[in-house]
Amino acid sequence: MDNVAVRINDLHKSFGDQVVLDGIDLEIETGKITVIIGKSGGGKSVLLKHIIGLLKPDAGEIWVDGTEITALNEHGLNEVRKKFGVLFQDAALFDSMNVYENVAFPLREHTNYPEREIDRTVEERLRQVSLLGFAGKMPSELSGGMRKRVGLARALVLDPEIILFDEPTSALDPIISLTILDLIKETQTRLKKTYIVISHDILGMFRIADKVAMLYDGRIIEYGTPFEIRRSTREEMQEFLKATKIPGFTGGQS
Amino acid sequence: MFKDALEGVARSMGGALTGLGSIGSFFVQSVYLSLRRPFKMNYIFKQMEFIGVNSLLVVVITGIFTGMVLALQSSYGFRKFGAEGMVGAIVALSMTRELGPVLTSLMVTGRAGSAMTAELGTMRVTEQIDAITVMALNPIKYLVSPRVIASFLMLPVLTAISNFVGIIGGYLVGVKLLGINEGAFVNKIEKILGLEDIYNGLIKAAVFGVIMSVICCYKGFNTKGGAEGVGRATTEAVVASSLTILVSDYILTSLMF
Repeated sequence: MDNVAVRINDLHKSFGDQVVLDGIDLEIETGKITVIIGKSGGGKSVLLKHIIGLLKPDAGEIWVDGTEITALNEHGLNEVRKKFGVLFQDAALFDSMNVYENVAFPLREHTNYPEREIDRTVEERLRQVSLLGFAGKMPSELSGGMRKRVGLARALVLDPEIILFDEPTSALDPIISLTILDLIKETQTRLKKTYIVISHDILGMFRIADKVAMLYDGRIIEYGTPFEIRRSTREEMQEFLKATKIPGFTGGQS
Repeated sequence: MFKDALEGVARSMGGALTGLGSIGSFFVQSVYLSLRRPFKMNYIFKQMEFIGVNSLLVVVITGIFTGMVLALQSSYGFRKFGAEGMVGAIVALSMTRELGPVLTSLMVTGRAGSAMTAELGTMRVTEQIDAITVMALNPIKYLVSPRVIASFLMLPVLTAISNFVGIIGGYLVGVKLLGINEGAFVNKIEKILGLEDIYNGLIKAAVFGVIMSVICCYKGFNTKGGAEGVGRATTEAVVASSLTILVSDYILTSLMF
Protein backbone atom coordinates (compact mmCIF):
# COMPACT_ATOMS: atom_id res chain seq x y z
CA MET A 1 0.00 0.00 0.00
CA ASP A 2 2.73 2.38 1.03
CA ASN A 3 4.74 1.96 -2.10
CA VAL A 4 1.92 3.15 -4.37
CA ALA A 5 2.24 6.83 -5.29
CA VAL A 6 -0.75 7.02 -7.60
CA ARG A 7 -3.62 4.56 -7.79
CA ILE A 8 -6.17 4.80 -10.58
CA ASN A 9 -9.42 2.84 -10.33
CA ASP A 10 -11.76 2.27 -13.26
CA LEU A 11 -11.26 5.71 -14.79
CA HIS A 12 -13.62 6.72 -17.60
CA LYS A 13 -13.60 9.82 -19.76
CA SER A 14 -15.41 10.69 -22.97
CA PHE A 15 -15.46 13.83 -25.07
CA GLY A 16 -18.87 13.87 -26.74
CA ASP A 17 -19.29 10.49 -28.41
CA GLN A 18 -15.59 9.73 -28.35
CA VAL A 19 -14.55 7.43 -25.53
CA VAL A 20 -10.97 8.24 -24.61
CA LEU A 21 -10.45 6.44 -21.32
CA ASP A 22 -12.49 3.28 -20.92
CA GLY A 23 -11.78 1.90 -17.48
CA ILE A 24 -8.15 2.58 -16.59
CA ASP A 25 -6.76 0.62 -13.64
CA LEU A 26 -3.19 1.36 -12.71
CA GLU A 27 -0.95 1.47 -9.66
CA ILE A 28 2.16 3.58 -9.97
CA GLU A 29 4.94 2.68 -7.59
CA THR A 30 6.72 5.19 -5.41
CA GLY A 31 10.31 5.97 -6.31
CA LYS A 32 10.20 4.30 -9.73
CA ILE A 33 10.06 5.44 -13.32
CA THR A 34 6.75 4.29 -14.77
CA VAL A 35 6.27 4.83 -18.47
CA ILE A 36 2.83 4.85 -20.04
CA ILE A 37 3.14 4.12 -23.72
CA GLY A 38 0.52 4.17 -26.39
CA LYS A 39 -0.06 5.52 -29.84
CA SER A 40 -0.48 9.23 -30.50
CA GLY A 41 -3.98 10.48 -29.84
CA GLY A 42 -4.66 7.42 -27.70
CA GLY A 43 -5.51 9.32 -24.53
CA LYS A 44 -2.12 9.41 -22.82
CA SER A 45 -2.17 13.18 -22.31
CA VAL A 46 -5.77 12.97 -21.15
CA LEU A 47 -4.74 10.41 -18.53
CA LEU A 48 -1.87 12.66 -17.43
CA LYS A 49 -4.21 15.64 -17.11
CA HIS A 50 -6.48 13.58 -14.87
CA ILE A 51 -3.61 12.66 -12.56
CA ILE A 52 -2.79 16.33 -12.02
CA GLY A 53 -6.44 17.40 -11.75
CA LEU A 54 -6.63 19.46 -14.95
CA LEU A 55 -9.50 17.29 -16.17
CA LYS A 56 -12.36 15.70 -14.22
CA PRO A 57 -13.24 12.10 -15.08
CA ASP A 58 -16.75 10.92 -15.96
CA ALA A 59 -16.31 8.06 -13.49
CA GLY A 60 -13.58 6.41 -11.47
CA GLU A 61 -11.10 7.30 -8.76
CA ILE A 62 -7.57 8.65 -8.60
CA TRP A 63 -5.66 8.33 -5.35
CA VAL A 64 -2.53 10.40 -4.90
CA ASP A 65 -0.59 9.68 -1.75
CA GLY A 66 -3.73 8.53 0.08
CA THR A 67 -6.02 11.32 -1.15
CA GLU A 68 -8.82 10.76 -3.63
CA ILE A 69 -8.52 13.77 -5.93
CA THR A 70 -11.43 13.55 -8.37
CA ALA A 71 -13.90 15.03 -5.88
CA LEU A 72 -11.60 17.81 -4.64
CA ASN A 73 -12.26 21.49 -5.33
CA GLU A 74 -9.52 23.80 -6.67
CA HIS A 75 -8.26 24.54 -3.19
CA GLY A 76 -7.93 20.87 -2.32
CA LEU A 77 -6.39 20.12 -5.70
CA ASN A 78 -3.78 22.82 -5.16
CA GLU A 79 -2.66 21.10 -1.97
CA VAL A 80 -2.20 17.87 -3.94
CA ARG A 81 -0.53 19.67 -6.87
CA LYS A 82 2.23 20.87 -4.56
CA LYS A 83 3.48 17.27 -4.57
CA PHE A 84 3.86 17.37 -8.36
CA GLY A 85 6.31 18.71 -10.87
CA VAL A 86 5.37 18.60 -14.54
CA LEU A 87 7.47 18.75 -17.68
CA PHE A 88 5.10 19.65 -20.50
CA GLN A 89 5.40 18.50 -24.07
CA ASP A 90 6.84 21.77 -25.37
CA ALA A 91 8.22 22.62 -21.92
CA ALA A 92 5.59 25.39 -21.48
CA LEU A 93 8.21 27.89 -20.34
CA PHE A 94 6.80 31.36 -19.70
CA ASP A 95 8.00 33.25 -22.73
CA SER A 96 7.78 36.61 -21.02
CA MET A 97 10.48 35.48 -18.57
CA ASN A 98 14.09 34.46 -19.08
CA VAL A 99 15.49 31.07 -18.10
CA TYR A 100 16.47 32.19 -14.62
CA GLU A 101 13.08 33.74 -13.88
CA ASN A 102 11.30 30.64 -15.17
CA VAL A 103 13.16 28.36 -12.80
CA ALA A 104 12.90 30.86 -9.93
CA PHE A 105 9.15 31.37 -10.42
CA PRO A 106 7.92 28.40 -8.31
CA LEU A 107 10.41 29.33 -5.58
CA ARG A 108 9.27 32.94 -5.44
CA GLU A 109 5.60 31.93 -5.31
CA HIS A 110 5.78 29.02 -2.89
CA THR A 111 8.70 29.76 -0.57
CA ASN A 112 9.93 32.66 1.50
CA TYR A 113 13.53 32.15 0.42
CA PRO A 114 15.68 35.26 0.45
CA GLU A 115 17.10 36.25 -2.94
CA ARG A 116 20.47 34.70 -2.11
CA GLU A 117 18.86 31.32 -1.48
CA ILE A 118 16.80 31.55 -4.68
CA ASP A 119 19.98 32.38 -6.60
CA ARG A 120 21.76 29.40 -5.14
CA THR A 121 18.90 26.97 -5.82
CA VAL A 122 18.31 28.13 -9.39
CA GLU A 123 22.03 27.94 -10.11
CA GLU A 124 22.20 24.43 -8.76
CA ARG A 125 19.22 23.29 -10.83
CA LEU A 126 20.57 24.88 -13.98
CA ARG A 127 23.91 23.21 -13.37
CA GLN A 128 22.18 19.85 -13.10
CA VAL A 129 20.75 20.30 -16.59
CA SER A 130 24.03 21.82 -17.90
CA LEU A 131 22.52 25.19 -18.72
CA LEU A 132 24.23 27.37 -16.17
CA GLY A 133 25.48 29.81 -18.79
CA PHE A 134 22.01 30.33 -20.24
CA ALA A 135 20.27 31.92 -17.24
CA GLY A 136 19.76 35.24 -19.01
CA LYS A 137 18.40 33.81 -22.26
CA MET A 138 14.75 34.03 -23.26
CA PRO A 139 12.93 30.77 -24.08
CA SER A 140 12.59 31.84 -27.73
CA GLU A 141 16.40 31.87 -28.01
CA LEU A 142 16.71 28.23 -26.94
CA SER A 143 16.50 25.02 -28.95
CA GLY A 144 13.78 22.46 -28.24
CA GLY A 145 16.12 20.25 -26.24
CA MET A 146 17.35 23.18 -24.14
CA ARG A 147 13.80 24.27 -23.43
CA LYS A 148 13.00 20.78 -22.16
CA ARG A 149 16.04 20.89 -19.90
CA VAL A 150 14.94 24.23 -18.47
CA GLY A 151 11.45 22.73 -18.08
CA LEU A 152 12.99 19.85 -16.14
CA ALA A 153 14.94 22.23 -13.93
CA ARG A 154 11.72 24.14 -13.23
CA ALA A 155 9.76 20.94 -12.55
CA LEU A 156 12.39 19.79 -10.03
CA VAL A 157 13.03 23.10 -8.32
CA LEU A 158 10.62 22.58 -5.40
CA ASP A 159 11.69 18.96 -4.82
CA PRO A 160 8.30 17.46 -5.68
CA GLU A 161 7.49 13.85 -4.80
CA ILE A 162 6.05 12.98 -8.19
CA ILE A 163 7.25 14.28 -11.53
CA LEU A 164 5.16 13.92 -14.68
CA PHE A 165 6.66 13.99 -18.17
CA ASP A 166 4.49 14.57 -21.21
CA GLU A 167 6.30 13.17 -24.27
CA PRO A 168 9.79 14.22 -23.13
CA THR A 169 11.45 13.17 -26.40
CA SER A 170 8.87 14.33 -28.93
CA ALA A 171 10.14 16.68 -31.64
CA LEU A 172 13.77 16.07 -30.68
CA ASP A 173 16.47 14.47 -32.77
CA PRO A 174 17.68 11.02 -31.60
CA ILE A 175 20.84 12.32 -29.98
CA ILE A 176 19.16 15.10 -28.03
CA SER A 177 16.46 12.58 -27.10
CA LEU A 178 19.10 10.37 -25.54
CA THR A 179 20.57 13.21 -23.51
CA ILE A 180 17.11 14.10 -22.20
CA LEU A 181 16.40 10.46 -21.34
CA ASP A 182 19.76 10.11 -19.61
CA LEU A 183 19.05 13.28 -17.68
CA ILE A 184 15.69 11.91 -16.59
CA LYS A 185 17.26 8.62 -15.52
CA GLU A 186 20.17 10.31 -13.79
CA THR A 187 18.04 12.74 -11.78
CA GLN A 188 15.68 9.94 -10.79
CA THR A 189 18.51 7.70 -9.64
CA ARG A 190 19.83 10.53 -7.51
CA LEU A 191 16.57 11.96 -6.16
CA LYS A 192 14.61 8.68 -5.85
CA LYS A 193 11.32 10.40 -6.66
CA THR A 194 8.35 8.93 -8.51
CA TYR A 195 8.55 9.64 -12.23
CA ILE A 196 5.61 9.11 -14.54
CA VAL A 197 6.43 9.43 -18.22
CA ILE A 198 4.00 9.24 -21.10
CA SER A 199 5.39 8.66 -24.54
CA HIS A 200 4.97 6.82 -27.81
CA ASP A 201 8.74 6.44 -28.11
CA ILE A 202 8.92 2.84 -26.92
CA LEU A 203 12.56 2.36 -27.80
CA GLY A 204 13.70 5.34 -25.78
CA MET A 205 11.44 4.44 -22.91
CA PHE A 206 12.90 0.96 -22.45
CA ARG A 207 16.14 2.76 -21.70
CA ILE A 208 14.79 4.45 -18.59
CA ALA A 209 11.66 2.59 -17.44
CA ASP A 210 11.33 0.53 -14.29
CA LYS A 211 7.75 -0.28 -15.24
CA VAL A 212 5.90 0.08 -18.51
CA ALA A 213 2.14 0.34 -18.97
CA MET A 214 0.63 -0.01 -22.41
CA LEU A 215 -2.45 2.14 -23.05
CA TYR A 216 -4.59 0.81 -25.86
CA ASP A 217 -8.21 1.62 -26.72
CA GLY A 218 -8.67 3.48 -23.47
CA ARG A 219 -7.44 0.66 -21.26
CA ILE A 220 -4.16 -0.50 -19.80
CA ILE A 221 -3.68 -3.79 -21.64
CA GLU A 222 -0.23 -4.67 -20.35
CA TYR A 223 1.75 -3.60 -17.29
CA GLY A 224 5.14 -4.87 -16.19
CA THR A 225 8.88 -4.47 -16.37
CA PRO A 226 10.36 -3.68 -19.79
CA PHE A 227 11.53 -7.28 -19.95
CA GLU A 228 8.01 -8.61 -19.38
CA ILE A 229 6.53 -6.16 -21.83
CA ARG A 230 8.95 -7.20 -24.52
CA ARG A 231 7.94 -10.81 -24.05
CA SER A 232 4.24 -10.01 -24.08
CA THR A 233 2.34 -12.20 -26.50
CA ARG A 234 -0.54 -9.78 -26.93
CA GLU A 235 -1.09 -8.95 -30.54
CA GLU A 236 -1.43 -5.17 -29.98
CA MET A 237 1.79 -5.11 -27.99
CA GLN A 238 3.72 -7.08 -30.59
CA GLU A 239 2.37 -4.85 -33.31
CA PHE A 240 3.55 -1.76 -31.45
CA LEU A 241 6.96 -3.26 -30.79
CA LYS A 242 7.39 -4.37 -34.39
CA ALA A 243 6.41 -0.98 -35.71
CA THR A 244 9.28 0.59 -33.82
CA LYS A 245 11.75 -1.97 -35.19
CA ILE A 246 13.96 -2.52 -32.20
CA PRO A 247 17.14 -4.04 -33.58
CA GLY A 248 18.94 -5.30 -30.50
CA PHE A 249 16.86 -4.29 -27.54
CA THR A 250 18.91 -3.08 -24.57
CA GLY A 251 17.98 -1.74 -21.18
CA GLY A 252 15.43 -2.78 -18.62
CA GLN A 253 15.89 -5.54 -16.13
CA SER A 254 13.91 -8.72 -15.88
CA MET B 1 -40.22 17.89 -36.91
CA PHE B 2 -41.58 20.62 -34.69
CA LYS B 3 -40.11 18.78 -31.74
CA ASP B 4 -36.70 18.68 -33.48
CA ALA B 5 -36.81 22.41 -34.12
CA LEU B 6 -37.81 23.04 -30.53
CA GLU B 7 -34.99 20.87 -29.30
CA GLY B 8 -32.57 22.73 -31.55
CA VAL B 9 -33.68 26.08 -30.15
CA ALA B 10 -33.48 24.76 -26.60
CA ARG B 11 -29.99 23.42 -27.23
CA SER B 12 -28.65 26.64 -28.70
CA MET B 13 -30.26 28.64 -25.91
CA GLY B 14 -28.68 26.27 -23.43
CA GLY B 15 -25.33 26.80 -25.18
CA ALA B 16 -25.72 30.57 -25.07
CA LEU B 17 -26.66 30.47 -21.39
CA THR B 18 -23.72 28.23 -20.56
CA GLY B 19 -21.46 30.66 -22.41
CA LEU B 20 -22.97 33.56 -20.50
CA GLY B 21 -22.64 31.61 -17.25
CA SER B 22 -18.99 30.81 -17.80
CA ILE B 23 -18.01 34.38 -18.75
CA GLY B 24 -20.08 35.50 -15.76
CA SER B 25 -18.17 33.29 -13.35
CA PHE B 26 -14.90 34.29 -15.04
CA PHE B 27 -15.85 37.94 -14.52
CA VAL B 28 -16.71 37.37 -10.85
CA GLN B 29 -13.47 35.45 -10.25
CA SER B 30 -11.36 38.08 -12.02
CA VAL B 31 -12.84 40.95 -10.06
CA TYR B 32 -12.76 39.05 -6.76
CA LEU B 33 -9.12 38.05 -7.22
CA SER B 34 -8.26 41.59 -8.34
CA LEU B 35 -9.48 42.91 -5.01
CA ARG B 36 -7.76 40.27 -2.90
CA ARG B 37 -4.24 40.27 -1.54
CA PRO B 38 -1.51 39.67 -2.47
CA PHE B 39 -1.46 42.28 -5.21
CA LYS B 40 1.07 41.35 -7.85
CA MET B 41 2.44 44.88 -8.14
CA ASN B 42 5.19 44.16 -10.66
CA TYR B 43 2.67 42.46 -12.97
CA ILE B 44 0.22 45.34 -12.53
CA PHE B 45 2.84 48.00 -13.31
CA LYS B 46 3.94 46.10 -16.39
CA GLN B 47 0.38 46.01 -17.66
CA MET B 48 -0.19 49.66 -16.79
CA GLU B 49 2.77 50.50 -18.94
CA PHE B 50 1.53 48.33 -21.78
CA ILE B 51 -2.12 49.39 -21.66
CA GLY B 52 -1.61 52.99 -20.59
CA VAL B 53 1.74 54.45 -21.53
CA ASN B 54 2.10 52.56 -24.80
CA SER B 55 -1.41 53.54 -25.94
CA LEU B 56 -0.73 57.21 -25.39
CA LEU B 57 0.18 58.13 -28.96
CA VAL B 58 -2.85 56.40 -30.47
CA VAL B 59 -5.16 57.99 -27.93
CA VAL B 60 -3.72 61.47 -28.41
CA ILE B 61 -4.03 61.29 -32.19
CA THR B 62 -7.58 59.95 -31.95
CA GLY B 63 -8.53 62.62 -29.41
CA ILE B 64 -7.07 65.59 -31.22
CA PHE B 65 -8.54 64.71 -34.58
CA THR B 66 -11.93 63.97 -33.07
CA GLY B 67 -11.94 67.40 -31.39
CA MET B 68 -10.82 69.04 -34.63
CA VAL B 69 -13.45 67.41 -36.80
CA LEU B 70 -16.13 68.08 -34.19
CA ALA B 71 -15.30 71.79 -34.34
CA LEU B 72 -15.35 71.71 -38.10
CA GLN B 73 -18.72 69.95 -38.29
CA SER B 74 -20.47 71.81 -35.50
CA SER B 75 -19.33 75.21 -36.70
CA TYR B 76 -20.99 74.42 -40.03
CA GLY B 77 -24.27 73.82 -38.26
CA PHE B 78 -24.02 76.66 -35.77
CA ARG B 79 -23.08 79.18 -38.42
CA LYS B 80 -26.61 78.82 -39.81
CA PHE B 81 -27.96 80.11 -36.50
CA GLY B 82 -25.17 82.58 -35.94
CA ALA B 83 -24.28 80.65 -32.80
CA GLU B 84 -20.65 79.82 -33.57
CA GLY B 85 -19.66 80.66 -30.02
CA MET B 86 -21.27 77.37 -28.97
CA VAL B 87 -18.69 75.30 -30.84
CA GLY B 88 -16.32 75.13 -27.86
CA ALA B 89 -19.06 73.94 -25.52
CA ILE B 90 -20.24 71.30 -27.96
CA VAL B 91 -16.73 69.98 -28.48
CA ALA B 92 -16.10 69.90 -24.74
CA LEU B 93 -19.41 68.20 -23.91
CA SER B 94 -19.13 65.65 -26.70
CA MET B 95 -15.58 64.78 -25.79
CA THR B 96 -16.01 64.46 -22.04
CA ARG B 97 -19.41 62.78 -21.96
CA GLU B 98 -19.19 60.55 -24.96
CA LEU B 99 -16.40 60.50 -27.49
CA GLY B 100 -13.47 60.65 -25.09
CA PRO B 101 -14.41 57.53 -23.13
CA VAL B 102 -15.89 55.56 -26.03
CA LEU B 103 -13.24 56.23 -28.66
CA THR B 104 -10.41 55.78 -26.16
CA SER B 105 -11.86 52.45 -25.05
CA LEU B 106 -12.33 51.28 -28.62
CA MET B 107 -8.78 52.27 -29.55
CA VAL B 108 -7.34 50.55 -26.49
CA THR B 109 -9.44 47.47 -27.28
CA GLY B 110 -7.91 47.34 -30.73
CA ARG B 111 -4.40 47.94 -29.52
CA ALA B 112 -4.09 46.36 -26.07
CA GLY B 113 -7.18 44.15 -25.84
CA SER B 114 -6.28 42.24 -28.98
CA ALA B 115 -2.77 41.74 -27.62
CA MET B 116 -4.19 40.41 -24.34
CA THR B 117 -6.22 37.78 -26.18
CA ALA B 118 -3.36 36.84 -28.47
CA GLU B 119 -0.89 36.54 -25.61
CA LEU B 120 -3.15 34.57 -23.28
CA GLY B 121 -4.40 32.47 -26.20
CA THR B 122 -0.83 31.55 -27.09
CA MET B 123 -0.14 30.77 -23.45
CA ARG B 124 -3.19 28.51 -23.44
CA VAL B 125 -2.27 26.54 -26.56
CA THR B 126 1.37 26.17 -25.48
CA GLU B 127 0.22 24.89 -22.06
CA GLN B 128 1.74 27.84 -20.15
CA ILE B 129 -1.59 28.42 -18.40
CA ASP B 130 -1.73 24.73 -17.44
CA ALA B 131 1.82 25.09 -16.16
CA ILE B 132 0.71 27.83 -13.76
CA THR B 133 -2.26 25.72 -12.63
CA VAL B 134 -0.16 22.64 -11.91
CA MET B 135 2.19 24.82 -9.86
CA ALA B 136 -0.80 25.09 -7.52
CA LEU B 137 -1.31 28.75 -8.48
CA ASN B 138 -4.39 30.43 -9.87
CA PRO B 139 -3.64 31.65 -13.42
CA ILE B 140 -6.44 34.23 -13.19
CA LYS B 141 -4.60 35.90 -10.32
CA TYR B 142 -1.35 36.09 -12.31
CA LEU B 143 -2.62 36.76 -15.80
CA VAL B 144 -6.08 38.30 -15.65
CA SER B 145 -6.22 40.37 -12.47
CA PRO B 146 -3.21 42.57 -13.35
CA ARG B 147 -4.74 43.30 -16.75
CA VAL B 148 -8.16 44.11 -15.27
CA ILE B 149 -6.68 46.36 -12.58
CA ALA B 150 -4.41 48.11 -15.06
CA SER B 151 -7.28 48.68 -17.51
CA PHE B 152 -9.53 49.95 -14.74
CA LEU B 153 -6.89 52.47 -13.68
CA MET B 154 -5.47 53.50 -17.05
CA LEU B 155 -8.62 53.95 -19.15
CA PRO B 156 -9.80 57.00 -17.16
CA VAL B 157 -6.31 58.51 -17.35
CA LEU B 158 -6.17 57.98 -21.11
CA THR B 159 -9.69 59.36 -21.44
CA ALA B 160 -8.78 62.48 -19.49
CA ILE B 161 -5.86 63.03 -21.84
CA SER B 162 -8.07 62.40 -24.84
CA ASN B 163 -10.64 64.90 -23.54
CA PHE B 164 -7.96 67.51 -23.03
CA VAL B 165 -6.31 67.16 -26.43
CA GLY B 166 -9.75 66.93 -28.06
CA ILE B 167 -10.72 70.30 -26.66
CA ILE B 168 -7.34 71.70 -27.71
CA GLY B 169 -8.00 70.32 -31.20
CA GLY B 170 -11.42 71.96 -31.22
CA TYR B 171 -9.85 75.23 -30.12
CA LEU B 172 -7.21 75.10 -32.87
CA VAL B 173 -9.77 74.52 -35.61
CA GLY B 174 -12.51 76.71 -34.16
CA VAL B 175 -10.51 79.71 -33.03
CA LYS B 176 -7.33 79.63 -35.06
CA LEU B 177 -8.65 78.22 -38.32
CA LEU B 178 -12.29 79.28 -38.52
CA GLY B 179 -11.86 82.52 -36.62
CA ILE B 180 -14.44 81.99 -33.90
CA ASN B 181 -14.08 84.54 -31.14
CA GLU B 182 -11.70 83.15 -28.53
CA GLY B 183 -13.51 84.68 -25.58
CA ALA B 184 -16.86 83.22 -26.61
CA PHE B 185 -15.28 79.83 -27.24
CA VAL B 186 -13.68 79.56 -23.82
CA ASN B 187 -16.49 81.28 -21.97
CA LYS B 188 -19.13 78.86 -23.25
CA ILE B 189 -17.00 75.88 -22.23
CA GLU B 190 -16.63 77.29 -18.72
CA LYS B 191 -20.33 78.00 -18.47
CA ILE B 192 -21.75 74.79 -19.88
CA LEU B 193 -19.23 72.09 -19.06
CA GLY B 194 -19.86 70.81 -15.52
CA LEU B 195 -17.57 68.79 -13.34
CA GLU B 196 -20.00 65.90 -13.42
CA ASP B 197 -19.81 65.73 -17.21
CA ILE B 198 -16.13 65.05 -16.80
CA TYR B 199 -16.19 62.54 -14.00
CA ASN B 200 -19.18 60.61 -15.31
CA GLY B 201 -17.22 60.21 -18.53
CA LEU B 202 -14.23 58.98 -16.57
CA ILE B 203 -16.40 56.49 -14.66
CA LYS B 204 -17.67 55.18 -17.98
CA ALA B 205 -14.09 54.76 -19.13
CA ALA B 206 -13.21 52.75 -16.02
CA VAL B 207 -16.21 50.47 -16.60
CA PHE B 208 -15.26 50.04 -20.26
CA GLY B 209 -11.75 49.14 -19.13
CA VAL B 210 -13.07 46.32 -16.97
CA ILE B 211 -15.45 45.10 -19.70
CA MET B 212 -12.73 45.14 -22.36
CA SER B 213 -10.08 43.42 -20.25
CA VAL B 214 -12.41 40.71 -18.91
CA ILE B 215 -13.78 39.83 -22.36
CA CYS B 216 -10.35 39.85 -24.00
CA CYS B 217 -8.80 37.74 -21.23
CA TYR B 218 -11.76 35.35 -21.26
CA LYS B 219 -11.41 34.81 -24.99
CA GLY B 220 -7.68 34.25 -24.61
CA PHE B 221 -8.16 31.84 -21.73
CA ASN B 222 -10.62 29.75 -23.70
CA THR B 223 -8.64 29.59 -26.92
CA LYS B 224 -8.57 26.22 -28.63
CA GLY B 225 -6.78 24.90 -31.67
CA GLY B 226 -3.31 26.32 -32.22
CA ALA B 227 -2.37 29.42 -34.20
CA GLU B 228 -5.67 29.50 -36.07
CA GLY B 229 -7.53 29.38 -32.77
CA VAL B 230 -5.51 32.31 -31.44
CA GLY B 231 -6.39 34.36 -34.53
CA ARG B 232 -10.05 33.50 -34.23
CA ALA B 233 -10.16 34.26 -30.51
CA THR B 234 -8.49 37.64 -31.07
CA THR B 235 -11.03 38.67 -33.70
CA GLU B 236 -13.92 37.52 -31.55
CA ALA B 237 -12.52 39.33 -28.52
CA VAL B 238 -12.18 42.67 -30.32
CA VAL B 239 -15.65 42.42 -31.87
CA ALA B 240 -17.33 41.30 -28.64
CA SER B 241 -15.56 43.95 -26.55
CA SER B 242 -16.35 46.77 -28.97
CA LEU B 243 -20.02 45.82 -29.20
CA THR B 244 -20.34 45.40 -25.44
CA ILE B 245 -18.70 48.79 -24.90
CA LEU B 246 -21.16 50.47 -27.27
CA VAL B 247 -24.22 48.79 -25.75
CA SER B 248 -23.14 49.41 -22.18
CA ASP B 249 -22.33 53.01 -23.14
CA TYR B 250 -25.99 53.56 -23.92
CA ILE B 251 -27.09 51.92 -20.69
CA LEU B 252 -24.58 53.83 -18.55
CA THR B 253 -25.38 57.12 -20.24
CA SER B 254 -29.09 56.70 -19.68
CA LEU B 255 -28.47 55.90 -16.03
CA MET B 256 -25.94 58.65 -15.36
CA PHE B 257 -27.07 61.78 -17.11
